[in-house]
Amino acid sequence: MASTLFRNIQTHPILFYPSVLFRRKNGALYCTMKSSSSSTTQTQTATLEKHQNPRTKVIDKRIKDYEAIIGIETHVQLSTLTKAFCGCPYNYGAQPNTSICPVCMGLPGALPVLNSKVIEFAVKLGLALNCKLSFNSKFDRKQYFYPDLPKGYQISQFDIPIASNGYVDLDLPVEFGGGHRRFGITRVHMEEDAGKLLHSGNGSFSQVDLNRAGVPLLEIVSEPDMRNGIEAAEYAAEIQRVVRYLGISNGNMQEGSLRCDVNVSIRPIGQSEFGTKVEIKNLNSFSSVNRAIDFEISRQVLLHSQGQGNSIVQETRLWEEGAQKTVTMRKKEGLSDYRYFPEPDLPEVILKKEYVDSIQNSLPELPEMKRRRYENMGLSMQDVLFLANDINVAKFFDATIAEGADVKLATNWIMGDIAAYMKNEKVSINDIKLVPRELAELIASIKGGTISGKIGKEILFELIEKGGTVKGLIEEKNLVQIVDHTEIEKMVDKVLSENPNQLEQYRAGKTKIQGYFAGQVMKLSKGKANPGLLNKILQQKLNASS
Amino acid sequence: MLSTLQQPPRSLSRIPLHLKPLRSFFTVASASASQDQSSPPSSQILTLRRALLSRQTTATQLAESYISRLSLTEPHLHSFLHISDTLLRDAQLIDRKIEKGEDVGPLAGVLVGVKDNICTADMPSTGGSRILENYKAPFDATAVRRVKEKDGILIGKTNLDEFGMGSTTEASSFQVTANPWDLSRVPGGSSGGSAAAVSARQCMVSLGSDTGGSVRQPASFCGVVGLKPTYGRVSRFGLMAYASSLDVIGCFGTSVADTGILLHVISGHDRFDATSSNREFPDFLSQFTSINLVESKPLKGLKVGLIRETLEDGVDNGVKSAISGAASHLEELGCTVTEVSLPSFSLGLPAYYILASSESSSNLSRYDGVRYGNQVFAEELNALYNDSRAKGFGPEVQMRILMGTYALSAGYYDAYYKRAQQVRTLIRKSFKDALDDNDILISPVAPSAAYKIGEKKNDPLAMYAGDIMTVNVNLAGLPALVLPCGFVEGGPVGLPVGLQMIGAAFDEAKLLKVGHIFEQTLQGCRFVPPIVADDLAYSQQ
Ligand SMILES: [Zn+2]
Repeated sequence: MASTLFRNIQTHPILFYPSVLFRRKNGALYCTMKSSSSSTTQTQTATLEKHQNPRTKVIDKRIKDYEAIIGIETHVQLSTLTKAFCGCPYNYGAQPNTSICPVCMGLPGALPVLNSKVIEFAVKLGLALNCKLSFNSKFDRKQYFYPDLPKGYQISQFDIPIASNGYVDLDLPVEFGGGHRRFGITRVHMEEDAGKLLHSGNGSFSQVDLNRAGVPLLEIVSEPDMRNGIEAAEYAAEIQRVVRYLGISNGNMQEGSLRCDVNVSIRPIGQSEFGTKVEIKNLNSFSSVNRAIDFEISRQVLLHSQGQGNSIVQETRLWEEGAQKTVTMRKKEGLSDYRYFPEPDLPEVILKKEYVDSIQNSLPELPEMKRRRYENMGLSMQDVLFLANDINVAKFFDATIAEGADVKLATNWIMGDIAAYMKNEKVSINDIKLVPRELAELIASIKGGTISGKIGKEILFELIEKGGTVKGLIEEKNLVQIVDHTEIEKMVDKVLSENPNQLEQYRAGKTKIQGYFAGQVMKLSKGKANPGLLNKILQQKLNASS
Repeated sequence: MLSTLQQPPRSLSRIPLHLKPLRSFFTVASASASQDQSSPPSSQILTLRRALLSRQTTATQLAESYISRLSLTEPHLHSFLHISDTLLRDAQLIDRKIEKGEDVGPLAGVLVGVKDNICTADMPSTGGSRILENYKAPFDATAVRRVKEKDGILIGKTNLDEFGMGSTTEASSFQVTANPWDLSRVPGGSSGGSAAAVSARQCMVSLGSDTGGSVRQPASFCGVVGLKPTYGRVSRFGLMAYASSLDVIGCFGTSVADTGILLHVISGHDRFDATSSNREFPDFLSQFTSINLVESKPLKGLKVGLIRETLEDGVDNGVKSAISGAASHLEELGCTVTEVSLPSFSLGLPAYYILASSESSSNLSRYDGVRYGNQVFAEELNALYNDSRAKGFGPEVQMRILMGTYALSAGYYDAYYKRAQQVRTLIRKSFKDALDDNDILISPVAPSAAYKIGEKKNDPLAMYAGDIMTVNVNLAGLPALVLPCGFVEGGPVGLPVGLQMIGAAFDEAKLLKVGHIFEQTLQGCRFVPPIVADDLAYSQQ
């Protein structure tokens, strides 16, 4: 059976597994799972739980008496060309089971062989997160049964992670009060992803898609250093920036390339022992991280302050985006026993100092370094955060500066018109046709007076949409600013002679209509008249013959 | 021809005297081959090669004669779970190549049996388990691929204890294999099918796997040569994992040369097995130049250590005397034989069973009925897992999964798995020390010769205890060669006993050289079982 399945892979793009894998009993299949076998799955059926919305004013007051302790486990899917232990590529959204082989299907006799890029990426991230690297680490097997886990175990790292004891620095957004934070990183370890279950519409059967099985992941475990939703969301966003800066993952939360599970507990301020930890899953955006945590803190504070602290139990809760609340997914009955033991199919992971040094030396400028550099360039924190947020924007900005553009003006153009365009058109900075050299040229042309700011804006959109050069457009459209005194004077004379009534009114004291004349002259010049010169000449003419 | 299946006259000596002068049927064609009872085993592979290249026989003729012998012997032995249906076609392809004067590989026309836990794309691969009944792998194991690339012909898939777990081949889900020397006895295990098939000349050589002695013990029980290579010497890709840190694919043959030739073909680094080694395997055949006479002391200066702990209480006297006979023979060849002690030897057995069970409990998790193999229909997921595994696995496998799961559980890990790993380190060290002082170590392969079918089936501890001579070698990852060295009383004509030679890591060449000289100079022992002795003798007419 398996042989036919496998052999078909090469020739048929769509490969279906036996469709009915198992039935749900009373629609509650997953509730029968033992706790030992399910904590990494994300497909559990949620048991709905009725409770009041705890977000009341009373609670907001009480929250001040409590401290929340938040830790985050982040899974980052690595953008290696092939999976962690076999030669299959991984493309998000591909037809089910089109990117699988005996190894990632867990066929009898198949063996894992480590993709060395996984080590390289892990070392990169470990260094970027200021971790201590383990020069001798190993892989372990984490064992549990689930249909998306073909071998019945996940290859992971247990007691010796490749990197540990690091930290990440970040700046909170100005609109949330700003401030610099340093959050501890407990560990970074390598592991493989599981497949996906696809549930039929009526819930009567499920299918397994193993395309994702064996895709390399790095799991990053933070110290419990965050105290509210914003800090947690910003931590996750910084991890996303770091992996994108490093080029080791696309960090896309919607596609699941970056997944966050958060642990939240509360304790009365002044108490030293921790409260009961609750895990929250299904967080698909930074804002849901933020809101889910704040909701959960309120829920726990409400229970605690009402003397129901005991009903805060160790459990996994799901964030429901629609209802904007967390609900119980499964209670934890004691500790799961994954029966870890060293993976005998893979040799130990041994790092050489020269190897680590060469990676260290090739690391790009990381977000924190970039922010400090921008800050030193005299930019405001808001500008700094905007520019450094997206690696591609930062690269664009840096390249524009490298072409000699004025720092402040370049910032304004990027954060203003260019950002607005990207937002409206829903494109990234890499999608626009404007190149940094031309933005620098545009800025210089305005500053040097060759074109007006208004013309500059027009050209900008042309450059963004169609590309080309500033010089070319100016020539092509004859847009060079008119700075010739006599030429402007001629136009002013023409406008004044064609508007005798308005001139009359002006001279009768209605001086406000000077703007009207200026507009007419500008129109006549097709916007090319130098505004300063125009106004100067106009003023002289209006007042001269009185 | 079938007379040997009835009770032949009992004759108990080191030499099974009933044997008529025999030659393997194709040596008839070979001009040089004129064997009699006292001539040493010759390489079937090299003889066939000469016969094929000199056009004295064809691969097709050979395959046909094997098919006819199979049809006579297989109903009594049950060595095979599957016989290739492309056998004759494969043989014709070789013949056509030879006709056209094309180069043929070193295994041209050689009929190779493959243990059924080694994946083959053209035949089912069940691992001897109900849970993989009719399962067909989509790829050839690397060892199989290399055999085919060198023009070897797969004759079929041989029986085994389910997933290699057992020492008798009785734990196969499908059938019990008989020992060709005495059909009421086990062939050993878990590679019992591969050993019996070579012993009964159902194939020329075969592949087995050895996790704790699964090549060596059946080689001893069936009177054939068995080679367990160094861990990492042969790729495990395509071998259904039992205990990944101990498993190795090994070779069976009727001569040391044949097992060596087969090993040479299948060994070497494989990019699909991260634990496979790229250590070079020297051309060992060149060391086989001439048959050395005892008088010339061809092994002069070779230091041999006889492992004291393997000759203590619980070892049959017949086995002990066969081993001391072998030791004397080595001395006659010029070796210095001294007793060596491996203090941690007795710890090997419990450590082995903990490690092997632990790894197997994990390796067998993939047989969950979800993607392949037998699936039991169930209303919900846990029932699907439970029923598919309960019905698919036999009792021995279930017991080892349970033991391993227990040993890896939180709270027990340190007491069992971790401690066993520490023992393993000690054992490695003691072997290394002993091999620093000696060129090779020798010992029996098992405490007894082949026992009766059913004798130990209900006494797993007694069966496990039988593995004491072999498991240490797996824990140390060393190569070992087993070759028949004598007989003990039992069965119609006596039962063969093997000698185990253990070498330093990746020094298979030395074992093969010593083994070859040993076998070529051993007087008066011919290891052809009664079930085929007449047939082989007959076929020369
Ligand atoms: Zn794959």
